[in-house]
Amino acid sequence: MARIIVITSGKGGVGKTTTAAALAMGLAQRGKRTVVIDFDVGLRNLDLIMGCERRVVYDFVNVINQEANLNQALIRDKRCDHLYVLPASQTRDKDALTKEGVGRILEELSQIYDFIVCDSPAGIEHGATMAMYFADDAVVVTNPEVSSVRDSDRMLGILSSKSRRAETNDEPIREFLLLTRYDPARVESGEMLSVEDVQEILSLNLLGIIPESKAVLTASNSGSPVILDRESDAGQAYGDMVARYLGEEVPHRFLHTEKKGFLSRLFRG
Amino acid sequence: MAVNFPNNVADGSKGFELKAASFTLPIIRLLDSDIEAVAARLGAKVEKAPDFFRNTPVVIDLSDFPSGAGPVGLPLLVGLLRGYGMIPFGVRGGNQEQNAAAEALELAILRDSYVRAGKSAANANSLESDAGTELEAEQLQPRSSGVSKGEPPPTRRVSTGSMVVARPVRSGQRVYASGGDLSIIAAVSSGAELMADGNIHVYGPLRGRALAGMNGNLDARIFCQDLQAELVSIAGHYRVSENIPAEMRGFPVQIFLDQKILRIEKL
Repeated sequence: MARIIVITSGKGGVGKTTTAAALAMGLAQRGKRTVVIDFDVGLRNLDLIMGCERRVVYDFVNVINQEANLNQALIRDKRCDHLYVLPASQTRDKDALTKEGVGRILEELSQIYDFIVCDSPAGIEHGATMAMYFADDAVVVTNPEVSSVRDSDRMLGILSSKSRRAETNDEPIREFLLLTRYDPARVESGEMLSVEDVQEILSLNLLGIIPESKAVLTASNSGSPVILDRESDAGQAYGDMVARYLGEEVPHRFLHTEKKGFLSRLFRG
Repeated sequence: MAVNFPNNVADGSKGFELKAASFTLPIIRLLDSDIEAVAARLGAKVEKAPDFFRNTPVVIDLSDFPSGAGPVGLPLLVGLLRGYGMIPFGVRGGNQEQNAAAEALELAILRDSYVRAGKSAANANSLESDAGTELEAEQLQPRSSGVSKGEPPPTRRVSTGSMVVARPVRSGQRVYASGGDLSIIAAVSSGAELMADGNIHVYGPLRGRALAGMNGNLDARIFCQDLQAELVSIAGHYRVSENIPAEMRGFPVQIFLDQKILRIEKL
């Protein structure tokens, strides 16, 4: 049976799709059979971030409507054999996602894969609730600022009351916090909430802290998940996140501004 | 509407006289249990004519309140009206339960005969067009524009008797302990709402709203370890965050009513 992971946040633009792509790629690189599903019907992005936008024939909604079977719609990643992408439809809206249809597809995928990563759309409407309904684990992506924290808090409330696990009185969804776009310099100057501030409000299991990094935008534009960029701080932070998700103890990095060495101070002022 | 007292026999002494008189009063006809929407509408209305509403007695009309819409939240509504300077003094058209709640708040119950009398008077005097019944004419309907149709309604757990919640109460969640105490052994986020007919205990930071004594119980209290609440209320007597003294913030406190005045005391 696969473990279903939803990447959610409530607020838009915090890095859900980047995180979904990185987590899926990271799991697949560790040999886990992984599929990542784009639930953002109508505003699909995951295929771009994964670099498979020119190979989309059938999509998630086609499979729900039984116009195509899963094997026709799944796109195998060219960099990693264990990773598949199920893209969203760009021509429908989120009402095309039915609970029965989504449940049937997840059930079918569960037989084959180890992990199913669901990339949730922003908001708390139908698309987002469909993405989280069947989840076993939730990664709540939050930026260190008050509106994002509040939206995450709202999302956590929905996770604990509107999911299948809540409705069947099953063990609750495991919830993890992922802080993204973290800028230690701005935290130190008081412009941004610190990890402690966010944890005081959300008090969740901290899965990782992804520093604000130019590598993320570069990676998105080139259609390559940032986790593949092992040189970058964001890529390494996502690597740590995947390890932590799989139960490894990894210390948190990128929490403080790097002390500038003598030479770099000399040359870069 | 008109209130007709029966003609009592006047006392022989000159100390006072009992007489009957009719008054024209604004009525708030409640159509939905969504107090927040009512509050928003009312706020806008009062802003337009603050003087009109100051010290104005009003009657709460529950005859059009849908029976399936949950509890009326009378304490809240009364607190709200008082907050805007109105003097809610009576309720009409309520069922037995609603009347009991109104009595607990020391509101007058205006019986059916008064309703009918009021209605006939309304027809006779065309009160509907009177400025005094502007509220009635416009009807306080919940605002629906701000809420998109796909949004799930706020979660709400209802139980009878006392309740213990060990998980954090998140923004947007509502927990109601009907007929008993509510204890939370976790944080209550800003935007969350706790309600109890009895006391509320929070063993963690209280950042949301806490409303104790929902059924009008003036002896209900709120206890919390770390007061950062947006709003606290006991039997409809409420205070918003702005009016909570800064020196109480972040401390363990109890909140209770003393002569109907909401008091916050450090523990």
